[in-house]
This record gives sequence, structure tokens and C-alpha cells, in this order.
Amino acid sequence: MTTTAPRRTLAWAAPVLAALIALPFVVPPYQTVLLTYGLVFAIAALGFNLLLGYTGLLSFGHSAYFGMGAYAVAFIVKYAKLESMEAFLLGGVLASGAVAAVFGVLCVRYTKIFFGILTLALSQVLWSLAFKFFWVTGGSDGLRVPTPTLLGGAVRAGSDKFEFLSHRYYFYVLAVFVVAVALMWVIVHSPFGKALQAIRDNETRAEFVGVQVRHYRWVAFLISGMFTGLAGALWVPLNGLTTPDILHWTFSGKIVFFTVLGGFQTFFGPIVGAVIFNYLETYAVGHTVYWQMVLGIVLVALVLVLPAGIVGTVRRLLARPVRAV
Amino acid sequence: MDILVVHLLNALLYASVMFLIAGGLSLIYGVMRIVNLAHGNLYAFGAYVTAWAVGRALGTATEASLWLYAILPVGAVAAALLGALLEPTLLRPLYRRAEEYQLLITFGLLLILEDVMRLLWGPYPLQASALYEALGSFTIGESIYPSYNLVVIMVGGAAAAGLWAFVYRTQFGVVLRATSQNMRMASALGVNVNRVYVRAFTLGCFMAGLAGAVIVPQQGAVLGMGVDALILAFVVVVIGGLGSLEGALIGALMVGLVREAGITLFPEIELAVLYLMAAIVLLIRPAGILGRA
Repeated sequence: MTTTAPRRTLAWAAPVLAALIALPFVVPPYQTVLLTYGLVFAIAALGFNLLLGYTGLLSFGHSAYFGMGAYAVAFIVKYAKLESMEAFLLGGVLASGAVAAVFGVLCVRYTKIFFGILTLALSQVLWSLAFKFFWVTGGSDGLRVPTPTLLGGAVRAGSDKFEFLSHRYYFYVLAVFVVAVALMWVIVHSPFGKALQAIRDNETRAEFVGVQVRHYRWVAFLISGMFTGLAGALWVPLNGLTTPDILHWTFSGKIVFFTVLGGFQTFFGPIVGAVIFNYLETYAVGHTVYWQMVLGIVLVALVLVLPAGIVGTVRRLLARPVRAV
Repeated sequence: MDILVVHLLNALLYASVMFLIAGGLSLIYGVMRIVNLAHGNLYAFGAYVTAWAVGRALGTATEASLWLYAILPVGAVAAALLGALLEPTLLRPLYRRAEEYQLLITFGLLLILEDVMRLLWGPYPLQASALYEALGSFTIGESIYPSYNLVVIMVGGAAAAGLWAFVYRTQFGVVLRATSQNMRMASALGVNVNRVYVRAFTLGCFMAGLAGAVIVPQQGAVLGMGVDALILAFVVVVIGGLGSLEGALIGALMVGLVREAGITLFPEIELAVLYLMAAIVLLIRPAGILGRA
């Protein structure tokens, strides 16, 4: 899957990171906020791809963990009256992890289409609960989440919320994003990650060399759900509101879309896909009421013409001259 | 007592529509091994086309005459034509690819069709309630019940019977079942698999369109109805068994009854109970009540 040496990856990852740090000082705040959304979705896609790209399981229910992360934050605000971002992240990750642990036990017994449908059905359970238990969840109105304080109250939002989001909060998300990427990199390159890839490529052989297939799948499911939940927790303060929409299965479809757009057979594909999808959707929504059609056409074209996704295709194009030598 | 009859009729009404949608979904999966995420949109498409055609035929008149009921199947035919167009162009290139891509392309199709309907008929709901009201109502004990609901139930029943006869009593039904059981073998024995696929897909879409066409006088056509219906159709086929028509019938009856009971007894968790039912059936019998693994 990822045969690139760590050093070569660092060689281009470092300039990209430097550019990301410099960005808020160069571009208008609106662009920074837009990119913040992109980075948040990238974390979700990264978690999702541990299942699709590395374990070979297509989940159509990852909205459940994203939404659980987001609603956990809203509940912390509503019931515990906390405003600390660290509490939000901890709560979001734990809540989505708890849900993923339970759903995972049920789902990893299946693969392929049944896995997809089961994850979808379970995520819809959460959606319908969020939708109907309005006295707890606010129903379709959702729950409001105020601007949090960062780093244990050391960094607070001033009077200008937008300024806060486009600078301090952006750097906060960027830092979490870098940690999440590094963590996922370590996970997929660890023996555990290799075992997952063995399961993906040949379940029977993996079983024969002693990999506990179901247990490994469950752990992958759990990690995947927690990453996506982390993204959900980071997303709420940005959006200021959480509604059942993010629990609906069509949002799961979007997470799948991010990942395939970037290329699920690569490590960085989902990240690129999520950021680009976010721009694509924002501009499509801004320019036409028929934005869903635009996205649909892109997806259909992608599947028919560029199944390897953006990163996968770029990598193949780059690799071609080397192979010719 | 008569309240119970009303509830039972409501459950049957709901089950009829669900059977038409889920039966089509299951037929397509059974033959082609494709889960069509855009299936709900074909149901919505049928509803929109019928509502539009009825609106056109009605013109400025407010009274519906009986011949208007002949227009109802227009939506089903339109959905079938759309299906016949989509299968060879979008789905056929994907049969040899991983099933992830098949799910994705039908998800893309879902997004496109949703907006095609918005483009053609605008963001506001379309009604065909004239047909619903024209039949009036009758009384069950002390309750009043709309007669049109019985039409829907009869269409559902007739569709189930017709489909059974089609699959088990016709030449094409034999070919269809053979292809479903072993596509390669059927192909080796001279079955034109491509033709079977396009017909099965068209038939599945026809059923979805028919569901939309018969329910639109009662409920109207709104954007988003397809996406909601799809998930409930999933529940039905998962309970009954993906790929089994008898299973879709049983699943639809169960979903109809539970939903009707849920709306009256436990409205808050009615939907959650349905999804949980699907999850539980998957856990106990992964292939569904009548499915084959």
C-alpha cells in the first residue's frame, strides 16, 4: 500500500505543513475557516479509511461516530456546563469510541454488502433517536454549542468569533490534525496495520498465519470510529450547532465520497479528498441550487474514469517515467 | 374492534407500498447482486411523474372523473424506462469491479436523480389528491376510512401475485431464476445475461415507480421521499432476506405492522425499533428470514 519511505514522505509533508501554518496570514479569514472544515473532514476520512483502505470493509454508517462526537460535545455543554475544548475532545472521542465498540461487535461478524447495510441500519438508529427525542437532542433544531476555550482556558475567544475561528481555532485544529495523521501513520505501519492489510488481501490466509481476524477487525472498527468522533467534536464549535443531519446516512455517503475522491488505496488520499470535496461542495452550493447533481456527476465520473482517486492517479502518473527507465 | 380493523388496514396499506419498493430492490439484488442506492429515487420519480400527469390531465377541473385513474401507471412506466436507460449505460461497466464501486455509482446516481426531480418539478410538493378524494370513504363501525387506501392495498396484492406468477410460471421467470442462481452457468447454456439484467433492472424500477404512482394521490410527492423510502426498503429486505421476493413480502408485512403499532404505541422510538429489528435479524440470521447466504 504505502511503500514510500518515511523520509521521502517527510520531504514533501514538511513544506505542506509550513504552508498550512503560514496560510492564515496570507489568505482572507473566510478561506481559513473553509480549510478548517476541510481538515476536520480529513480526520474523519482518515479514520474511515482505516476500515475501507486497510481492512477492506466499506462502512455506510460512519455518520454515527461523527455525529456521536458532535452530540457528546453538545451534551457536555448542556449538562456539564463546560466550555473547555479539551473536555470536548475527550468526551467526543470517548462517546464515539463507546458506540463504535458496541456497533463494532455486531458489524465485524460480516463483510462486504452485509457489513455496509448493518453499519447503515445502526447509524440510522442513532439518527432517528436524535430526531425524535427532541427534549434531549433538540430534534431537528439541534443543539447550540458556544465558542470553546482552548488549552485549559489559556486561550479564549474575543468578541470577534470569526477572528477566533480563523486564527486560534485554525491552529488548534491543525495541531490536532497533525497529531491524528502521525498517529494513523504509526498505526497503519505497525504490525497491527500490516495484519489488517493481510486480512483485507486474504482473510483465510491471515487466519492461517495466526491473525485473529474478527478481533483485529473490531479493534480497527473502534479506532476508526474514535478518529471520526474526534472529527465530529472538532466540527461542532466550527459550525456552532449540531443537527441530526450529520447522523443521517447521506452524511456517511459523503465520508465515503471524500475517501474515494482522494483515493482509498493511499494513505494521504482521504485527506486530499476531504479537503477538495469541501471546496467542491462549498462552491457548488454557492453557485447553484443543483449542487447535489454536480457532486453526483463528479462521483459517477470518478468511479467510471478515475477509480484510483486523485492521489492514486497522480502517483501512477508520477511513477510512470520511473518505470520506463 | 373497528379501530383495530382501521389499524390493520393502515398496516396493510403501508406494507403494500413497502413491498413494491423492497420487492424491486430485492429482485435487482437477487439477479444482479447490486444494491441500488438510487432505488428510492425511482420510487420518488414514479410519484412525481404520476402527480404531474394527473395535474396536466385534470387541468382546471376540480372533479376527478374515473378515466383519470388510467393515468396512474404512467409513473411506473416512466420509472421503468429510466431504469432501462440507466442499467446499460451506468451499471453495466461495473459488474466486473469490486462491489464498493457499485455502491458508489448508485450513490452518485441518487444525488443526481434527487436534483433532476428538483429541476423538473421545482422544490415544492406535487399533489394528486383529486384522485384520493374522488373515491370518497366508507365506514367501519364508527370509523370513517378512505376508499382509495383499499385501491393501494389491492394494487400491492395484485403486484405480489403477478410477480409470483411472472417469476415462477413464465419462460422468462425460469431464465431469471437460473441467472440469479448461477450467472456463469446460465450464460454458458445460452442465456443472454445482459438482456436478462436489463429486464430485471427495468422490472425492479417498474415496481418502485408503481409504488410511487399509487401512493402519490394519498401522500403527494416531495423531495427527499426517495431517500427515506430507501432505508425502510433496506429494513424490509434485510428482515426478509436480500434477493428473496417472498422474504420481501414477509418483511413488508412485518414492517407495516410494527410501524402502525409504533405510531400508535411508541411514536418516539418507532423508527429506531424498525432499524433495530433489521439489525437483530441480521445478527441471528444474516441472510434474512428467507434469504440464502
